[in-house]
Amino acid sequence: MSVRKPLPRWADLILLPFINLCAAFFVCGIVVWIIGENPWNALIVMIKGAFIYPGSLGYTLYYTTNFIFTGLAVATAFHANLFNIGGEGQAYVGSLGILLATALFAPYLPGIFVILLCIVCSALMGAAWALIPGYLQAKRGSHVVITTIMFNFLASALMVWLLAGPLIQIGQQSPQSDLIPKNAHLPSAETFFGWFGIDVASSPLNLSFLVALIALFVFWVLIWKTRLGYEIRAVGKNQDAANYAGINVSRTIIITMTISGAFAGLLAINEVMGVQHRAILNFTAGYGFTGIAVALMGRNHPIGIFFASLLFGALFQGGAELDFEFKSITRDMVLLIQGMIILFSGALAYMFNPALSRILTRVLKGGEHDD
Amino acid sequence: MSKMTQETSGGNAACYILELQKVCKSFGLVQANKNIDLQIQPGTIHGIIGENGAGKSTLMNILYGLHRADSGRMFIDGAPTRIKSSADALLLGIGMVHQHFMLIPRFTVLENVMLGSEGGALLKLGRAATIAKLKELGQTFDMEVDPDLLVSDLNVGMRQRVEILKALKGGAKILILDEPTGVLTPQEATQLFDILNKLRAKGVTILLITHKLAEIMAITDNVSIMRGGEMVGHRKTSETNPQELAELMVGRKVLLNVEKPEAKPMDVALTVNNLGCFSSRGHKILDNLSFEVRAGEILGIAGVSGNGQTPLMEILSGMRKPDEGSFEILGKKITPENEVTPNIMRENFIGHIPEDRHKHGLILSFEAYENMVLGFHNSNLTGTKKTLDRNYMLEHCNARMEEYDIRPRNSKLLASSFSGGNQQKIVVARELYKNPKLLIVGEPTRGVDVGAIEFIHKQLIALRDRGCAIILVSVELDEIMGLSDRILVMNKGQEVETIPGEDANAQKLGLMMAGISQGAKN
Repeated sequence: MSVRKPLPRWADLILLPFINLCAAFFVCGIVVWIIGENPWNALIVMIKGAFIYPGSLGYTLYYTTNFIFTGLAVATAFHANLFNIGGEGQAYVGSLGILLATALFAPYLPGIFVILLCIVCSALMGAAWALIPGYLQAKRGSHVVITTIMFNFLASALMVWLLAGPLIQIGQQSPQSDLIPKNAHLPSAETFFGWFGIDVASSPLNLSFLVALIALFVFWVLIWKTRLGYEIRAVGKNQDAANYAGINVSRTIIITMTISGAFAGLLAINEVMGVQHRAILNFTAGYGFTGIAVALMGRNHPIGIFFASLLFGALFQGGAELDFEFKSITRDMVLLIQGMIILFSGALAYMFNPALSRILTRVLKGGEHDD
Repeated sequence: MSKMTQETSGGNAACYILELQKVCKSFGLVQANKNIDLQIQPGTIHGIIGENGAGKSTLMNILYGLHRADSGRMFIDGAPTRIKSSADALLLGIGMVHQHFMLIPRFTVLENVMLGSEGGALLKLGRAATIAKLKELGQTFDMEVDPDLLVSDLNVGMRQRVEILKALKGGAKILILDEPTGVLTPQEATQLFDILNKLRAKGVTILLITHKLAEIMAITDNVSIMRGGEMVGHRKTSETNPQELAELMVGRKVLLNVEKPEAKPMDVALTVNNLGCFSSRGHKILDNLSFEVRAGEILGIAGVSGNGQTPLMEILSGMRKPDEGSFEILGKKITPENEVTPNIMRENFIGHIPEDRHKHGLILSFEAYENMVLGFHNSNLTGTKKTLDRNYMLEHCNARMEEYDIRPRNSKLLASSFSGGNQQKIVVARELYKNPKLLIVGEPTRGVDVGAIEFIHKQLIALRDRGCAIILVSVELDEIMGLSDRILVMNKGQEVETIPGEDANAQKLGLMMAGISQGAKN
């Protein structure tokens, strides 16, 4: 165990993740090459598919929205040293908040209020779903990893039962709820820009993207600017010291999990209010789990989470394009790339640290000589 | 080849068992060892003294093969040597006893000593050989240990003996001891020194690393002093004195014993009545303890660590509920039925410098300014806005750093980047800022360099003279005797005896710490 001087902040936050990312893409490139395709072409296709083709940016940002919400959910819990892998279930149940709010308020209130109430209710339902694991962790010591993953299954079972039973659309065979009323729809990007006379290509992107950006800001204020955030970080970094400082550790754990669940619950507004306009089976489609990678890569910081979400959004969208363009590459390639990124920026995050540190030391020392 | 070097390095080389020339080692941009020269004569006890972070451990790790030097030369018995791993070091006859024992508690002494020389797939041969070796070593050095005892059943002194046996079994001619007395009672330390003397008499060379001046003076033949990664001096122990050594270590004049004016005790600040508590396993760890502390006096609590001091401090600071009895702080009575939290205690002007600053006192991955408000983050120290006022906190931290001479003066540095002494100063600065009326202090100078010790002791005395009641818990007897107006000795969670500070000496306290009351003198 040797003591190494830490990297400068900029290198740690920008250079190192970038190198890790390049390494991940490099390994994937080798795989593509072995398959018999040109890696460079594949990369070009992915970038075009994610950002250039008409409507592709909209799709990328639509995925980004989902990843921001689940990424924030994981990051919030991470700051208290909790591992919330229940984003999937919390988002799933979040949709119930929307259905409930529309049933209660849509007939009586104008759109803007209905939308706001729906957003709040989806967050509340997500929060409630995370509250129970949080309580069990804080008061009973049941590990939150175990309980949140079990709550994913519970959420899944609950939703199957609801969507195939009490909430099923009358006269429908497939398990999905009724359409929500029009005044609870979030305007799509196409509609939104249409109001200003700007023409954009049709895509699932909708106003929940703005909500996601606001959520990033709220997260930043919460964690670094409030006393609660201070307590959350204190509990996360050193529970003994937090206890010494008079912070109620179990209360903080419960609150953190609740906030974490609320962020995850918000994912439902993108899917239910913005795109599907109803709750459908498995609309969470693994976003909750990808959120873990997003938080990991984004270093639990809002700016990092934004870029990580954008990266994963682009992968999702561009990966679909890969499937389309190359006969020998399937959608699974996206999973490989994701896996590589998680491997290099998560598990092997500091693999290049010693080498980088040595190079930087030499460069910086060299600089001193020049002075 | 080796012979040639031996000749070229001068006739002198041969008479040193170990010689270092211009050894350098850096970690990244930090130079931990700069041009270290060291010459050690065979059959002597050679002390290496220096403050924390002076590079002692790095140097020893280079000797033991755990680190590799960037440059420089090493000679053993005059022959140039390269040590690439601890296995090399063992082959060359260098053994090391680490500060934190490397023993497996659930193994017997024999099994522990055997580790690394099991002698094949079946243990039989290795076991027989080790038993024979243990017997031989035990007789030669007069340090016999029953090989069948579980290490977990041994006391700390005996465990250390096993560590030494482990090193000697490998045929060590040079034994490195890293802060060996940190965990021992004074009596156990004396026993250790007896052993070291015997080892020296039998020709073993000993390298003793410590920051305690008294030990250097008591046992070593020669001493080398390190500061800031460099060797700043070599002395014959008989030709130096603690004052000179301390000055070399710190680089300026220091007061080894802080001046302490007569205490002027005032009203009772804390009364403890029949306090008791149980461990999570149901053992009684605090037993029927009663005492009182007055404003303007320092009550020292002496004892081998683990004899109830920790739960006592935790209860008094609100981190733990008492199970029996009660205590009254500044007129506020607390029984097992009361709701107590560290917050309530802080609001009542009770400060707490915890004994383990890494575990409780600081959040190492927080920046200094965030640590400066730990426990006070809901008070006006974080500003009066709804959100945390970062600029206000930074200014507050800068002011405290100026006042307490905390270096480097960088409020945005992570707490983990400060040296032990400066970390402790952050805790002290924070806890003294609100002018507590009762201060609970645990091990205020553990792992703190001489310069900072002097400073912290002065602060505590000044606080006492401002009318604060102070409870000082420490395993360093010098500290207890130097600061306390009265001394309460604890053993197994009970009070052995309380004596006035001026009546105390190490011998007496040592016996009391072992549970033997000196009742007659009470």
